Amino acid sequence: MHFRHIFSALGRHRIAVWLLVLEIAFSCAVVCNALFLIGNRLERMHRPTGVDEAHLVQVGVRGVTPGSTDAVMAQTRTDLAALRAIPDVANVSVVNQVLFGDGVSFSGVSLRDDAKAPSIPVTQYLGNAQLADTLGVKLADGRWFKPDEFVSYAQLESSGSGVPVIITKALANHFFPGQSAVGKTIHAFGTNRVVGVVDRLVQPRDYGPAGYYGYAMLFPVEMPYSQGRYLIRVRDASQRQAVIQGALRALKADGPLRLISSKYATTLEAARDKYYRNDRAMAWMLVGVCLLLLVVTSVGIVGLTSFWVAQRRRQIGIRRAIGATRGDILRYFQTENFLIATLGIALGMVLTYGLNLLLMAHYELGRLPGYYLPIGALALWALGQLAVLGPALRAAAVPPVVATRSV
Amino acid sequence: MFGYYLDLALRSLRRNQALTALMVLAIALGIGTSMTTLTVMHVLSGDPIPAKSSQLFRVRMNVVPDDAFKLGDKVPDNLTRRDAEALLHDARADRQAMMSAGSMVVVSPQGDPLDVQARYTSADFFPMFDVPLRYGHAWSRDDDASHAQVVVISHMLNQQLFGGADSIGKMLRVGDQSLRVVGVLGDWDMNPRFYDLSDGQFGDSEDVFLPLSTALDMKLSTSGQTWCWDNGKNVHGADAPCIWLQYWAQLDTPAKAATYRQYLRNYIALQQKAGRFTHSGQLELQDVMEWLDAKGVVPSDVRLQTWLALGFLGICLLNTVGLLLAKFLRRSGEIGVRRALGASRRAIFLQCLVEAGLIGLAGGVFGLALAGLGLVLVRHQPTDYAAYIHMDLRMLLATFVLALLSSLLAGLLPAWRAMHVVPGVALKSN
Repeated sequence: MHFRHIFSALGRHRIAVWLLVLEIAFSCAVVCNALFLIGNRLERMHRPTGVDEAHLVQVGVRGVTPGSTDAVMAQTRTDLAALRAIPDVANVSVVNQVLFGDGVSFSGVSLRDDAKAPSIPVTQYLGNAQLADTLGVKLADGRWFKPDEFVSYAQLESSGSGVPVIITKALANHFFPGQSAVGKTIHAFGTNRVVGVVDRLVQPRDYGPAGYYGYAMLFPVEMPYSQGRYLIRVRDASQRQAVIQGALRALKADGPLRLISSKYATTLEAARDKYYRNDRAMAWMLVGVCLLLLVVTSVGIVGLTSFWVAQRRRQIGIRRAIGATRGDILRYFQTENFLIATLGIALGMVLTYGLNLLLMAHYELGRLPGYYLPIGALALWALGQLAVLGPALRAAAVPPVVATRSV
Repeated sequence: MFGYYLDLALRSLRRNQALTALMVLAIALGIGTSMTTLTVMHVLSGDPIPAKSSQLFRVRMNVVPDDAFKLGDKVPDNLTRRDAEALLHDARADRQAMMSAGSMVVVSPQGDPLDVQARYTSADFFPMFDVPLRYGHAWSRDDDASHAQVVVISHMLNQQLFGGADSIGKMLRVGDQSLRVVGVLGDWDMNPRFYDLSDGQFGDSEDVFLPLSTALDMKLSTSGQTWCWDNGKNVHGADAPCIWLQYWAQLDTPAKAATYRQYLRNYIALQQKAGRFTHSGQLELQDVMEWLDAKGVVPSDVRLQTWLALGFLGICLLNTVGLLLAKFLRRSGEIGVRRALGASRRAIFLQCLVEAGLIGLAGGVFGLALAGLGLVLVRHQPTDYAAYIHMDLRMLLATFVLALLSSLLAGLLPAWRAMHVVPGVALKSN
């Protein structure tokens, strides 16, 4: 190829070439980092929860008159029986908090019974004997709670010491790396012995450092409906709406005046969707910016190359007259663009890295994995070649006879 | 002279419409995205209560036991009931209020249960935050002291329960108890809801306001952050080891603020002396804007979007610089002729800048349209602030200023190059 010719020709437009190189470099930096951000959001949105999401629905009920603890517990049992009788319901439980719900309940947990011991906030799921099966969490080690281990909510609050606990594998690895957590004790509600470890269960909402997302505890507590929500696992995912309607009817049919509304009944899938909607919106926004950026960059390439083609009409005519084929002219401009793009991408890699450092310093973001760089490079090379095609074809169409005319 | 440059610029822009369109498009895209995100920033970082934001102070202090306090911990947002009540009792500020968010189920006159957001607070809340009342009046400090069963409801709830009529004296049924309506709010749009950011930063005001003392009597449920350093049964008890109450003070002059700060320091020292803790204690007395800043009301996503959009504008400008350069240098011949006929370099430079400015203004007009479109998109986002994002006159003017400035900036280098065209060479090569 005529690299030497191309370089000497480009040398005559040094400023314009550098502008193009800079534009490609900045585009490369922004696109690579934006793709990384999009990747991060997607990864976040697809974090598994460890529960049987496709089959879960939740229904919240609020009492109008507080009522005595015994009365509320009795009503809870009646409700549970009514809910279990609904067709397609596999299991029902009352739990203090639901995934992707409004609040997070957590305790500071440490290994020693000492206020000065380092503690981390761990979220707690308090629920009855059906909770594990309703959630669909899997036991990795140890056992489930025994029927005689269940306590009342008031008991847990006032004298929680001695109540057994089941923790997640992630939490077990945090506290007891490399050993079985079963039989060990942690300090949450007083002293609690670990009887089992589940594969995975997560915080209802992100709370604390990102690495804590998989830290959770289960306690054997008979929750009153007023302190939690009904969690229902359906047999057939397509029947979730029907089960919600059935649950609302069943709850309204019995008990005192209570606030029972479809506003507080949702599938877990819908709750998840709502929880991640900001991330989804941000990802789409980033996709939009990337596309716009590529459009603007190609506009720059088209504009400047068109200018060069127009300026060099006569030279192109001369080259054609002395034997250059159309293909030669086409390739000339394509090679020229390739060189500029390569220069831009090389500079862009450095800028990408710098921008990533800046993002790491100001936002909770990790280091950009290396594979984003070739993706960005390929995208910009392809974009450059596409953008240059129009002007280059026009250049190739310049007839040799132009050489004999004065411009 | 300017008119002549304008004429030349228009002719030049018309001569190469495709290139002109590309430049206008590039600037419009850059301006459109930048102004969209800047408008969001402008709204989110705005002053919610301009008339009083420098007189209202959020009171925060760290008087928790040594065991619960780690050096370097941030000062907690909220106070214990013990401290809040002590400060309220001393009443050293011009006005002061303690408060908590809550929710409850009320029963409509038709017998339907209805779930409402509530604020449990003390009497000064209403005059302090300039809360407008359509009917009736707020409750008094005596009502606070006597745990009066009174309530102020929002205009919306009044509409829902009482058809919007003057409902003063009517009873609001809460479970098996009743609260007497003493006031109905007028339109009160406080966004961000700076007085308590823990329970949704943007959104409608609460539906129900009642004395905190009454709410505690009625055992109504609270919401927002509650943090306890000891397991205890009664989180809301008078001496409970829990922090959950927001506290605000109105201090009309900087001198009063200084005096109040000293009073709080003394209070902390007294608590230390009383043996509640041995660490030095911490105090934060921040006015509204300092408080909003400290809480980071502008989401980090919005900041990121703004930087992204400004970066995008930068790339668009780089693009415009290149295109303008190509455009001006293509006219080297014409510039050579003008120079040969006596036009000064300055004249060429100004002429080129007028052309760049014209492109900027056109870009501004389209950019404004794009920003309008962008804001419609923002308003359809599922964020809690979406409904409050509007472009005001200032941002409208800022759009044109930004467009003009950035296009002039982009025109500088090309105009500089154009003015240095050597007339002889340009004419000969033609």
